[in-house]
Amino acid sequence: MAGMLTVSLWRGGTEGRYVDYDVPMRETQTVLDIVTWVQRNCDATLSYRFACRVGMCGSCAMTVNGRPRWTCRTHVSKVVSRGRLTIGPLENLPVIKDLAADMRPFFEKWQQAKGRFAPSKTRSDPIERIAPDSAARVAADAAIECINCGVCYSACDTVRWNGDYLGPAALNRAWTLLNDVRDAGNVERLAAVATDGGCHACHSHQSCQEHCPLALNPTASIAGLKRRTAQAYLRGEIKP
Amino acid sequence: MNVRLYIWQRATAALMVPLLLVHIAVIFYATRKGLSASDILARTRGSVSWTLFYGVFVAAVSVHASIGLRTVLTEWSPLGQRTRDIAVVLFGLLLALLGFRAVVAVVLP
Repeated sequence: MAGMLTVSLWRGGTEGRYVDYDVPMRETQTVLDIVTWVQRNCDATLSYRFACRVGMCGSCAMTVNGRPRWTCRTHVSKVVSRGRLTIGPLENLPVIKDLAADMRPFFEKWQQAKGRFAPSKTRSDPIERIAPDSAARVAADAAIECINCGVCYSACDTVRWNGDYLGPAALNRAWTLLNDVRDAGNVERLAAVATDGGCHACHSHQSCQEHCPLALNPTASIAGLKRRTAQAYLRGEIKP
Repeated sequence: MNVRLYIWQRATAALMVPLLLVHIAVIFYATRKGLSASDILARTRGSVSWTLFYGVFVAAVSVHASIGLRTVLTEWSPLGQRTRDIAVVLFGLLLALLGFRAVVAVVLP
């Protein structure tokens, strides 16, 4: 592969514009490589976020040709369209500057969904044995690998339309904790995800599943939360 | 939508599935048999069964549609929560009023 690539990068905050840059094409090149090349060779003031560069930290997600993606694990050859690449910040989040989205609403919703482990034992207690093949652990394991990149949040139509919606990642996290037998905060967690903006706001469009770079299925986790909250409500354990 | 509204919407949906099938079957029957308005009224007037059937149907529709409209307004309108909730309650009451009026019109002797 040789020649030049025309890359449009979002510049500015919420009010900004796409600016074109000519970037040399390489045989193997990720979208993150492109952004880094522009910063090092064209404009050092370009702001973006990355850390590990190998798909473990979840900090480099951006909108690439209209789709949210991990830029470090996206090869240019897979997404380039007619020699052009358009890269913007993640959608559904405020823009700090250029390609860096403000992740605070995303993580605040994690807290709202009680995404923090609530221990049921102290460090003096013996370590609890968890059978890996138990139904609860299998359900938790299926969803546990989320690294909070925000791709699902950016891809979600319901997040776009309903500012109160907690979003796929926060609800997926709640589902993993709900299935963790060591956790003691599930009544509060079920109540937190059963309010307006909770799991019942999900329309099951499955964009989260479609876009998740780890092939997780937050829609299935949310469906599980819908069932468990409905049961808890009918038993009188929670109030909306 | 919260869990209470979710259960109401799913429950009314489940209730409406058989009611809707019977309703469609009745329409097919009436048109295929060529029943006139007076034939139909002769069957419905004074009928406790049809009163209950369509009374329950209207109630379920009113609840179900109002909750759905609430979601649509949440996502697609700039209305505040209070205004939205008042609007959907009024919408539900309007549906119930129109529906029960129609039921009364065909079942009262």
